[in-house]
Amino acid sequence: MKTLTFSGALCEALHEEMERDESVFVMGEDVITHGGPYKVTDGIAERFPERIFETPIAEAGIVGLGVGAAMAGMSPVVEIMYMDFVTCAMDEVVNQAAKMRYMTGGQASVPMVIRLPCGVGRLLAAQHSQIMESWFMHVPGLQVVVPSTPSDAKGLLKSAVRSPDPVLFFEYKRIYTSKGEVPDGEHIVPIGKADISREGEDATVVAIGPMVQKSLEAAVLLEDDGYDVEVVDVRSLSPLDTETICESVNRTGHAVVCGEDSSFAGAVSEIAAMIGENCFDSLKAPVTRIGSPHVPMPFSAELAKHVVPEVANVTEAVNRVMA
Amino acid sequence: MEIPKEKLLEIYERMATIRQFEERVREEFAANRIPGFVHLYAGEEAVAVGVCAHLTDEDMITSTHRGHGHCIAKGVDVKAMMAELYGRATGVCKGKGGSMHIADLDRGMLGANGIVGGGIPLACGAALSAQVLGKDNVAVSFFGDGGANEGSFHEGLNLAGVWQLPAVFVAENNGWAESTSSDYSVAGADIAGRARAYGMRGEVVDGLDLFDVYEKAGKAIAAARAGEGPTLLECKTYRFYGHHEGDKQGYRSQEEVEEYRKNHCVIKNFRARTTDERALTDEELDEIETRVSESIESAVAYAADSPWPEPSDVTEDVYVDYKEVL
Repeated sequence: MKTLTFSGALCEALHEEMERDESVFVMGEDVITHGGPYKVTDGIAERFPERIFETPIAEAGIVGLGVGAAMAGMSPVVEIMYMDFVTCAMDEVVNQAAKMRYMTGGQASVPMVIRLPCGVGRLLAAQHSQIMESWFMHVPGLQVVVPSTPSDAKGLLKSAVRSPDPVLFFEYKRIYTSKGEVPDGEHIVPIGKADISREGEDATVVAIGPMVQKSLEAAVLLEDDGYDVEVVDVRSLSPLDTETICESVNRTGHAVVCGEDSSFAGAVSEIAAMIGENCFDSLKAPVTRIGSPHVPMPFSAELAKHVVPEVANVTEAVNRVMA
Repeated sequence: MEIPKEKLLEIYERMATIRQFEERVREEFAANRIPGFVHLYAGEEAVAVGVCAHLTDEDMITSTHRGHGHCIAKGVDVKAMMAELYGRATGVCKGKGGSMHIADLDRGMLGANGIVGGGIPLACGAALSAQVLGKDNVAVSFFGDGGANEGSFHEGLNLAGVWQLPAVFVAENNGWAESTSSDYSVAGADIAGRARAYGMRGEVVDGLDLFDVYEKAGKAIAAARAGEGPTLLECKTYRFYGHHEGDKQGYRSQEEVEEYRKNHCVIKNFRARTTDERALTDEELDEIETRVSESIESAVAYAADSPWPEPSDVTEDVYVDYKEVL
């Protein structure tokens, strides 16, 4: 085991995958300068100068080239500097990358990773803070991955690079500098498998991204209320590990689903509906969702602090379902 | 540019196949045997064939909603194409793509595309892949005058110019983006002139003259192979039928269409020139027409006799490993 930051773990995964497979290449805005906006592509230009492309600011072009290169046998890892900008490449993601295998009757593969730095960071307001995981969960053909720890960041990125189908890889900006232990040697985390971050008997908190850490902190506080809380880190939103989630909820009889994005038509809503359909007989209280209010991200710190869910929202919700 | 006789015969066969295929698709559509949208390429044959005559199966192309001609020019089997249009399991895309998404990766045909301009960045990606892997292959993107006004055109050509990709961009200017004339909708004198803005060669081509297309595409493709970067060719052409079958075409006169059919038919003109110059004989060309006619006939029979896809095929090919969501 060694200790790495979240971005350091991603960087290590890229280095290892580029070493392993010569078809892997990196493309994005400012990915060479300063080792990338988040240091995730640090050192790649020195080691693999012929397989890193710093692009013009052209998201549709970047993703579109990725699709074409992938169809021609490459494994591109493209970075969209802020996930908000992927809206400029929606055709390339939704109409091209996602549907190519299907439309061609299985002839074409698009083994591409689209890295999406997302969520709140340094008060960057409405066009640099979005998450929108559910947009891509809704599109058949795409996989949606959301690691919450450095270890999973590395293991999932390696799986994503090796996946024959496109992966939308969500990286919450605010946890890039968080540290954690990462196993030595080849470390792979399969896409589509949730992780039980903490075992508990009384209530299940299903959490996405940074809400996992907040839920773990909430679980400690809830011990004082006499509740033994289980925390499930979804890790992948599509495919969703319904088995692990349902097994946990069937055992505890209580479910709280939390994410940082708006809960309205959001990832948490899909998970809550899935639990409702599959675990109705086990549930002792309605499934509760936690998310941001349905507003664009405001700029002022005094406003922004009311948007992102925190530990207190989790403790409050668990108390509510247990009451 | 001297074209060997064998190549001339192959070119004629491809053009005749496209024409007969499209005429037949038109009948099949009218008889309700082909559903959906069909956008016919009849009239524009010289462009696809003149360009693809220089390509191998390892060279890749991206196409448009009007993609049957590009498929045939790139060597896709007409039986598998017709079965695809019929929505049958034996279709080249197992009945999942249809006319607007027809593709054959083994022939380097990355697909028709239902999104106008959608194929342009994809071709750039295929060209980038050839560049990274050190192959001498090229990628060609076909798109229309409508596609040249999409953002993907500008982002794709800029990237191709920045990285000097082995790509050729073929704007098929048939005068009409659906019902909007290119005279109105293309700012600037022509599409070819936009090449200068993206650091590449640009040329206007008489898309109704196979020989002009063949020569200029040949130069552009050879340059791309030699590492001399991309070219934008604007082929001025004309479509004989509507934007799609069923289009009432109130935006252009019947006289205009008749004038093109009469005096600018690429097949008629090719035949006249090659027989006048005694490069080919009427007998040779008639023989090709007969052979093509038989192949189209058998393609229709094959499609009509082919099985429908199974219900279980619905969830195949979404992912390599499809997992039920619920």
